[in-house]
This record gives sequence, C-alpha cells and structure tokens, in this order.
Amino acid sequence: MPEKPKVAFYWCASCGGCEEAVVDLAEAILDVVAAVDIVFWPVALDFKRKDVEAMPEGSILVSFVNGAIRTSEQADMAHLLRSKSKLLVALGSCSHLGGIPGLANLFDRESILNAVYLESPSTVNPEGSLPATHHKDDGHTVELPRFYNTVQALDQVVEVDYYVPGCPPTPRIFRTALQTLLGDELPAKGTVLAPDHALCDECPRKDTKPERLSFVEFKRPQQVLIDEQECLLAQGLLCMGPATRAGCEALCVRGNMPCSGCCGPTSRVKDQGAKILSSLASLVEGKEEAEIDRILSTIPDPAGTFYRYSLPASLLHRKKLDGCHCKNR
Amino acid sequence: MPEIRSPGDGANREPPRVGVYVCHCGTNIAGTVDVKAVTEYAAKLPGVVVSRDYKYMCSDPGQALIQQDISEHNVNRVVVASCSPLLHEPTFRRVLSRAGINSFFLQMVNIREHVSWVHLDKQAATEKTKDLVRAAVRRVSLHKPLQKRRVPINPNVLVVGGGIAGIHAALTLADAGKQVYLVEREPTIGGHMAKFDKTFPTLDCAACILTPKMTSVGSHPHITLWTYSEIVKVEGYVGNYKVQVKRKPRYIHEDLCIGCQECITACVYKEGKTPDQFNLGLSKRKPVYLPFPQAVPQKVVIDPETCIQFKSGKCKKTCVEACGERQAIDFTQTEKFEEIEVGTIILATGFKTFDASRHPYYGYGRYPNVYTSLEVERLINAAGPTGGEVVLRDGTRPKSVGIIHCVGSRDANTNRWCSKVCCMYSLKLAHLIKERTGAEVYNFYIDMRTPGKGYEEFYDRLLDEGVHFVRGRVAEVSDWAVHPSEEGKLVIRAEDTLAAFVRRIPVDMVVLSVGLEPQADVQEVRRLFNISCSTEGWFLERHPKLAPVSTFTEGVYIAGACQGPKDIPDSVAQAGAAAAEALALIDAQFVELEPYTAFISEEECSGCKSCIPLCPYQAISFVEDKKKAAINEVLCKGCGTCVAACPSGSIQQNFFEDDEIFEEIEGVLAYA
Repeated sequence: MPEKPKVAFYWCASCGGCEEAVVDLAEAILDVVAAVDIVFWPVALDFKRKDVEAMPEGSILVSFVNGAIRTSEQADMAHLLRSKSKLLVALGSCSHLGGIPGLANLFDRESILNAVYLESPSTVNPEGSLPATHHKDDGHTVELPRFYNTVQALDQVVEVDYYVPGCPPTPRIFRTALQTLLGDELPAKGTVLAPDHALCDECPRKDTKPERLSFVEFKRPQQVLIDEQECLLAQGLLCMGPATRAGCEALCVRGNMPCSGCCGPTSRVKDQGAKILSSLASLVEGKEEAEIDRILSTIPDPAGTFYRYSLPASLLHRKKLDGCHCKNR
Repeated sequence: MPEIRSPGDGANREPPRVGVYVCHCGTNIAGTVDVKAVTEYAAKLPGVVVSRDYKYMCSDPGQALIQQDISEHNVNRVVVASCSPLLHEPTFRRVLSRAGINSFFLQMVNIREHVSWVHLDKQAATEKTKDLVRAAVRRVSLHKPLQKRRVPINPNVLVVGGGIAGIHAALTLADAGKQVYLVEREPTIGGHMAKFDKTFPTLDCAACILTPKMTSVGSHPHITLWTYSEIVKVEGYVGNYKVQVKRKPRYIHEDLCIGCQECITACVYKEGKTPDQFNLGLSKRKPVYLPFPQAVPQKVVIDPETCIQFKSGKCKKTCVEACGERQAIDFTQTEKFEEIEVGTIILATGFKTFDASRHPYYGYGRYPNVYTSLEVERLINAAGPTGGEVVLRDGTRPKSVGIIHCVGSRDANTNRWCSKVCCMYSLKLAHLIKERTGAEVYNFYIDMRTPGKGYEEFYDRLLDEGVHFVRGRVAEVSDWAVHPSEEGKLVIRAEDTLAAFVRRIPVDMVVLSVGLEPQADVQEVRRLFNISCSTEGWFLERHPKLAPVSTFTEGVYIAGACQGPKDIPDSVAQAGAAAAEALALIDAQFVELEPYTAFISEEECSGCKSCIPLCPYQAISFVEDKKKAAINEVLCKGCGTCVAACPSGSIQQNFFEDDEIFEEIEGVLAYA
C-alpha cells in the first residue's frame, strides 16, 4: 500500500473555531482520515514540536495553519511548517487576512498589555507585572514568546500557497478545498479556494435588492425587526456581501443576519474595507455635510465593521505607530 | 465603431522595450532639473532600452528621435518626461501612431508644471524627476493597446436662454442653416435687455435694436422657439445629447393665438390686480396678459394663480367669448414634455440682479422712493408703467435724485466682485433722468470704471452735463431730517473721500445700482448640464483666456452673463464665439472620444447593483436575464465613479486599471 499523503494542522492567534470547522466535516472527516495521514494536530493529537523538527524537509504534503501571527512562537512555527511542507495553506480569516485578532492593530503592544494586565477592572496586579520574554526564578531562566506590536496574516510572515477563507471556513468550503489540494490539478499558487465573485451573486435575497439603493440611516440588527426576504442593505443594515467573496452560500444572510465579510475580498481587490466604504459612501443620500455626517454617524464602529477580518492584510495594515515605523514588531 | 480594446490583449505580449525621452524645454526644465542625470538614471531601469534627452522634445527633430528609436531599436513603450499632457500628449501620441505602434503605449511625465516650475532645489527636483520617471516606466510596461472612438455629431443645437446672448447665438447658427431649439423659461424672449429704454454709451434705443432680432427668432425657419419652457433632463454626450424639455401650460394654444389681445380687453377683471413681473411690480396686469407689447412670441399667457376660472371654476369666461372661433384658450392644458436630440448646447441663462433689501441701511422696501436701477429702467422706458415719465410713487417728478453705485458689488458683506456694468448704466440713468426731469442728479461711487469703447467719453459727457459725482460708499439712506432742508426728503449720508468730510445730501428719489448675481437655480442647471461653477456661481469656462466659451463638458458652451457680469457688446461677442465653436464641431461631422471607458467583467460581477445609481451618465444598466450590470460604452465618459465604488473590483477602466495605478504608485515609492 502506498504511503498516504501527510497532513498537518496548526493554530496560531485564533479562537479555535477553525479546528471546530475541521471537526464540523462530520462523517466526511472519516474519509479525510482514511485518505491522509495526520502527522501533527496539537488540538487533537499528542505530537510535539520536536516531532515536527525531526521530519524531513518537504515531507508533509499540506499544512493547514489557522490563526494570525501575533507572537514570535507563532512565527517560528510558521517557518518550521513551511520548511517541512510542500504546500502551506492559510485556513480561515485570521490566517488569510489577519482576522479579528488583527483589529489589535488599531493599538500597540504597550496599550494592549496595559489594558489587560493593569487597567481592566477585574485585574488584581498590585506589583504591576507585565509579561516578559525572560523570567529568572530559582536560578532557572524561563523563556516566553515575544508579543509583537503588530498582528500579521500568515503570508506576511512566510510564503503561502493557498488560502481557505471564512470565519470559520464552512464545511463545504473546507471539503472542496481539501478535494482540490488532494487532487491532481492544483490551481495557480496564491489562489483563494472559493469562488471569485461577491456574495450577492449567491444571495437568496439578490432579486429584492433595488437598482437605486440609497442610505438615509444605517441600522444595527438589534434595532429593527429584520424582514426575512428583503435585501438587508435595502433595509438599511450594513451588509458586507457586495464586497465579500462568495462560497459560504450566504449562511449569515439565510440566518437573517448581515454578512460581516469573513471571506475577505475578491482577488481583484486589495482592500476590502476601502472598497465597501467607497461603495456605501457613494450611496449615502445626503447632499449637505451635516446630513452626511448624521447618516455616517449611525455606523458606530467603522474600522471594526469594514475591516473586521482584514485590517492586517489591508493597505492600511495598522494604526500608525508613533516614531520609527521599523518598530513594527 | 472600432473596439476600444483588442481581443486577447495582455496575453502573449512582447516584453516591453521602453524608450525614455527627457525634455529640457529650453531652460524651463533644464534650469531646475539635471536632465542628463535623469537620462542616465532612466537608462539603467529595468525594461529601458534607450534613454535620451533633447532641448525641445516636441520639436520636429525631437519627435523624429522617438520615431527613429521605435523603428531602429524596436522600442515598443515610450515615456516622455516633459510638460503637461494637456499640451503635448496628442503630439507624442501621433509620433507613436506614425511609427506604427499603438498610441496608448505612451506615458507622459509632467516634469515642468509638477517639478521644475514648482521647485527651487535642483538636487531635490532631480530626485523627484527620477521617482516620477521610474513610476512611468513601470506603468507604461502594463499599458494595453487602445483605440479611440469616433462618433458622429448631430447638427442640431440647443440654446438655453432667450436673452440677447441666446438670441444672437440662435440666429447665428440658424443663419448657417443649422436647426436650433431655443428654450426660454419666461413667456417671452428678450431677457433683461428688453426691459431697457436706452443702451450705453450710444444711447440707442434698446427695443429698436433688440426687437428686430426677436422677431427674426420668432419667424426663422430654422429656429424652434419654446418659451415658458425648461430643460428637465440631459442625457448623452458630445454630438449626441438627448434633452427633455418641459413646456409649461400657458392655457393658450400657441398655434391658434394670433396675439390680438382681445381676450385681455374682455377679461372680467376691468383693471389688472397682479403685480406685473415684467415691470418689476410697478404696474398691475390681468390674469390673461402679454408680458410686453413686443413680446415674442406674440401669444398671451393665462396665470392660473389669479384667473377666476382656475380659482373658482365659475368665471363667465368673457375671454373665451372674445377669442371666438379661434378657440385659442384652453383651460385644460397641462404641461407637456418634448424630447429633442442635439449635438451641441449653448447655455445663455443670464443673471439676476442683487436683492437690494439685503442692504437694509439703504431703505429699499422701507422707503417707497428708493428704487432699484432696473425699476428705474422701466420708469424711463416709453413702454413702461409710466409711459416713460420718471415720477415718484405719488406721481410727482423728483427734483433731486441720488444714484448709489456698487449695491451688492465690491462688498465684503455681500458680493465681492465688480458687476462691471453698473458704472456705465448708472451714468446712462443719470443722463436720462436729468434729461427727462431736469433734476439734480448725484452719483455716489467707489471708483468710476469705464473701460470700453466710448465709455470714458460718455463719462466725460456726463461731467459736462452737470451731473454731480461724490466719491465714497454710501453709509445709509434715511428720512431722518436734522435740518429744515431735509424735511420730507431721503437723506443720503456718505463720506466724500475726495473732500474728506461726511456729506448729507437730501434727495427725492434714490436709485440703487444693483449688481449682477448668478441665477438662483444655477446649481441645478450646472448639474443638469454637468458643467462647473466658480465659487460665486458663475458658469466656469474651460480656460479663462484660451477657451472662454467652452466648458469642461465637450459640446456644451456658455455665453453671456451666466459666465460672469457682462454688458451687451460682450454678451453678443461671446454668443457669436459660442455659436462658432458649435459650428466648428458640427462641420467636423464627428468627434473622437478618449477610450478611457469603464468595463465590467461579466463573470466577475456579482450583480450587487451598487454602481447603477452612481453613473452620472446613466451608462450602466442591470441586465435582468443575466443578473449582472452592463456598461454602455458609448455613454460612458470615463469618470471612474463606478470603478471606485464597485465593491468586488469587477469594474475596471481602460488606461486606469488597478494594476497600472498600483504599479505607478509603487514605482514612485520605490526609492533608489
């Protein structure tokens, strides 16, 4: 019997949802297990880093890495898996674009650590100690990973072959991606393994979207009784669908919630947030500045809305740091 | 029409062989930029096969250099670093065409206006030039072959506004055999000029010179005159405009009314009760009226606001009786919409006068004998409310009159501009008032501005006639007498800046020489025709010196005071110029359009419809069966709005594709 292709999974700065997504394959996971040999999967199997280090270069067919890169350890693991794998695949929004952890790029390391370890009301830290990379205790030195100033998408740290989008990728997207990767014909390097058009194309409410859309107010889902048939943008809800890659079959919209943009932009767009912003802003009804301001003020968190999953990979990348920009890490 | 993009372009293209040409522009560029250093730098950039500098790249030998390199060195992409592409892009594109390569394989770098003319530091200017050249070299390598589009010009012309400018433009074009649609919003053409009695400085009778032109318009076989009408929609592009005209109901069949005015005599109103707009409210008119005796067309109008038939439906309709068999009166008329197709448009929408009540300290609207200059024009006019008698509200003749210049002009509180015509018309009014009444006339002026043929001589004449001139801006007009001689008079208080003391001059009548302002609806009109306005609201010409009647929209021209305050000779001259521009376009028979249109990749479009309402030219439609958007290339003007707004990046624009723009940006930022 020929040797089965070796597959690895790893997680970086993520919530664990992408691991769930693998499990969400349900019965299909048996087919996967039958077809491949999982050589590394810290969340489920007891392999250690040294096991990976012992593997020959390029011996893993595909490594799926989810999560963004936020610490030095994650960057090290990304490099390690890159060298051991033929194909490195970014799985899920965080790895693909930076994801929700990437919103930390609106701050810097210092203010994040202060908020978490000193300022939060539930914190008791009378000595004001903060995480450090080295700690000496009883003659021993303990080393901890370094916490970067900036969250990065996987491909900003190592070369990435393919991307599986979504937060998390839906079972269908993941299954299709697996089939593609295990198949004979690989798509062009750098391909996002999902359709390359926007979500509206597969949205069940597409026909109800008016030709002349305009906004006098943006509403949040909890403020209105959402009609289950009508285009959400037409109801004044901020749906990211027009600027978001399809493939998820509009699951959120089917669940009567607006698309939040997790699959990222199409291949033609460098900055998903800028694109939806430019599109929606063009459709704001007001002519006078005060009226426009009023309409736009109904979007309480523009950065977190338009760049929810894509800030590190966007043209903006992060909030400007004071002083030298080489302080990136 | 040829395809803008050749099929399959971009694929299997030859590798770029770039030629870089750096122009000295005499010392214009070479004085500030080290052109030799730039040339040497460019020669080392990837893809560059030849790099040269030359004293005048636009000269014949300069052009020959490029042409020679294309044939001898197989240069297939050209970067010219010289002046603004506005000036010489067509020149260098022709060079590429002559040499047999697509003319859009050119990228110009503006190192004159953007570098040498705005910088002093030679080294920094040279470095900036290198950055810009590097960006252009990277960009031009991605250029795709494009073709210009040729579209025919519809020879019909629309003239908007029936004042003297619109009339003159319409007649010029119609006499040249073109079909002209003249659309005027009032019930008659004639504009402001029709209200005047005399014109400066020759004092010839305004009506005598205007009305023959008005009747020519009315009877010209090539002019379709639509008064009481407004433009409501303009679609299309140069040479091919589709215009919708709203024809307001005048409740009279224009083709049946013969202008006998028997209906006016027969109206149940014995006397007019409504302020007559043409006489600025100085007289009253009936609900059925003719704006003024020489109105063109000679067709009456019924005002539904005051007509009893409209208000109660219970009028005896003596007018209908008087009209008899002609049956020209039709109370059921409704507004009508006409669609016309024209190739060019001339806007001659004129001006409005400053609202004198905005200067409360001059007492307009408070003191009955404070008049605006336009009201006095009507008083002086023999066809006006007083038959040409200059009289006060009580019918008596004024013994003294004060004319206050610059009301709503040259004033930081209202309008800063000089209205250009007020000094001269004030002199004219001074002369006419003195002639008609023998009154003492005082002119209060800031500066006397009389540049124009015969204007200064006219001023001299007034000085000889004994009209008084006080140099100083008037502080206030009041009826507060501090001396018995001021009792019952209007007192004008002004600092006489030549005599250096404050004067109080009691007069019977005050004339406010109101300035000229843009029409109230100028912004709507501007949007309708897609042209620009200056901050003041005057229509913006394409170039203040070299394209004074053109606008930034091809095929739309401006004439007369809508472009800025202007007297009659200047308005007529501009109208003639605008007509000539339109004729030049019509005679060329076709126009070449830049291929910078947007295009949608059908398989990429998600059909989100975001772009559809944004297109200012209605060029995008939603194709129902495919559920995708589509762009009509002929209507697209390449503004790029949809390209920026397409949330999935499925719309691109020829010559401004994302990769071309990003390559250029990265080129600029890739410091050596």
